[in-house]
Amino acid sequence: MQSFDLASQSLRDLNATLQASSAQTNATQWEILNPRGAHAIAVGLDAPIEVTVRGSTGYYCAGMNKQAHVHITGSAGPGVAENMMSGTVIIDGDASQYAGATGRGGLLVIRGNASSRCGISMKGIDIVVEGNIGHMSAFMGQAGNLVVCGDAGDALGDSLYEARLFVRGSVKSLGADCIEKEMRPEHLEILRDLLARAGVDARPEEFRRYGSARKLYNFDIDNAAEY
Amino acid sequence: MCGIVGLFLKDKALEPRLGAMLTDMLVTMTDRGPDSAGIAIYGAAKGDSAKLTVQSAQADADFATLGDDLSARLGAPVTLKRKDTHAVLTLPQAQVTDARAALADLRPGLSVMSDGAAIEIYKEVGLPRDVAQRFDISAMRGTHGVGHTRMATESAVTTQGAHPFSTGADQCLVHNGSLSNHNNWRRRLRHEGIRIDSMNDTEVGAAYLTWKMQNGASLGDALKAALDDLDGFFTFVVGTKAGFGVVRDPIACKPAVMAETDQYVAFGSEYRALVGLPGIDTARVWEPEPATVYFWSH
Repeated sequence: MQSFDLASQSLRDLNATLQASSAQTNATQWEILNPRGAHAIAVGLDAPIEVTVRGSTGYYCAGMNKQAHVHITGSAGPGVAENMMSGTVIIDGDASQYAGATGRGGLLVIRGNASSRCGISMKGIDIVVEGNIGHMSAFMGQAGNLVVCGDAGDALGDSLYEARLFVRGSVKSLGADCIEKEMRPEHLEILRDLLARAGVDARPEEFRRYGSARKLYNFDIDNAAEY
Repeated sequence: MCGIVGLFLKDKALEPRLGAMLTDMLVTMTDRGPDSAGIAIYGAAKGDSAKLTVQSAQADADFATLGDDLSARLGAPVTLKRKDTHAVLTLPQAQVTDARAALADLRPGLSVMSDGAAIEIYKEVGLPRDVAQRFDISAMRGTHGVGHTRMATESAVTTQGAHPFSTGADQCLVHNGSLSNHNNWRRRLRHEGIRIDSMNDTEVGAAYLTWKMQNGASLGDALKAALDDLDGFFTFVVGTKAGFGVVRDPIACKPAVMAETDQYVAFGSEYRALVGLPGIDTARVWEPEPATVYFWSH
């Protein structure tokens, strides 16, 4: 285990060191001490390494992640795992706004709650939230899956393209063009796999599925009020 | 951006350290706004005396005989304690209105930062560390306080445009965001007789709350009404004699983190601002909900 203490070492050195990891590196296990809410911890990683951040992080932790497995033992600030391409990011606590925004791949697991705009403009990422999510989540989501074991806030899936949204609890309101859809066997399989990979003990049958009504894809004067 | 912090102490043992704790929190937020910084500290109220915090760009000339001049004009005892460009005038509560009028006449260049039994406000252009040092904020004791470091958007980078803003006795407001309907509200509130000194959007927000409370609303009700009447982005932290409140607009894009222990309730624009507080590792830490009013009082 390689250890990096942000109380005595610089964030820039940390990221440069982690970003220099190659696919064949022997230094596959890292722990980061004293994050103290610092911004941009462990960003731009592109190697199959495991990074444990012991504490809570500020803006954009694990942004643009590729291949790496990042585990935050505290809570994460805004934009955690933004634009993730692959790998996993696991947060033991809560996540602030726009967690997993624009993500194209990989798995983001939030054990606590996520606040507003979780998965905004998601493009292929899978996000599993054990708690609740805030308003405007999955806004303009294009691909991927958002699984919420708790409740969803206002305007879920507003202007959604094709992402799948699974919610076990209540939905305060659905956004424009987001509707509840039938949960077919293939969706239960997708959900079962996501819950298993996220290590969440929940039954897929307890969830409801939401998706795009596909009414806003092309301009229609009858939908003018929805734009 | 802008960075805001707030600290409400439950444990009296921490009161001697309030200024130092708030200063550390605010300095951590420096890179959210380098233009100007300010702090409001609520100390112990003494009998029926009031404190007027005043500021002058010509402090040497303006403050030299100000205590005596004001005392003579009011026919009441006035003491003056200077700190750099600011001074705290202590005088009988009943003389506050007359004192404001007398100051405008005696020292036209003076700005009144705040009045009240407990509040003192210090704010200047510059970085939080420098502003806090000029006023020796770290040595101040108190029960609660708020701080702000500004990245200016809606009005000029001046002392008068810095936060906190105080538009009523023992009231103050710090703000992260920008209000878009402040011009209409400034006209309306001035028409209603509320004092607004600057062209700053946040001062209008403060004046709005003062107006609501003058008309019988509790702070909680005033903050709820602000959600309907004020348009724009805001995370507000409000100080009153008894405590402090927090409210975010319904979009809630301006960040906010809170922490509570048996010893204190703390607010920060970011978690970074809170990491130096005692017991933070076991504190309850959460993000205040959009369009939800939070308030703590002694």
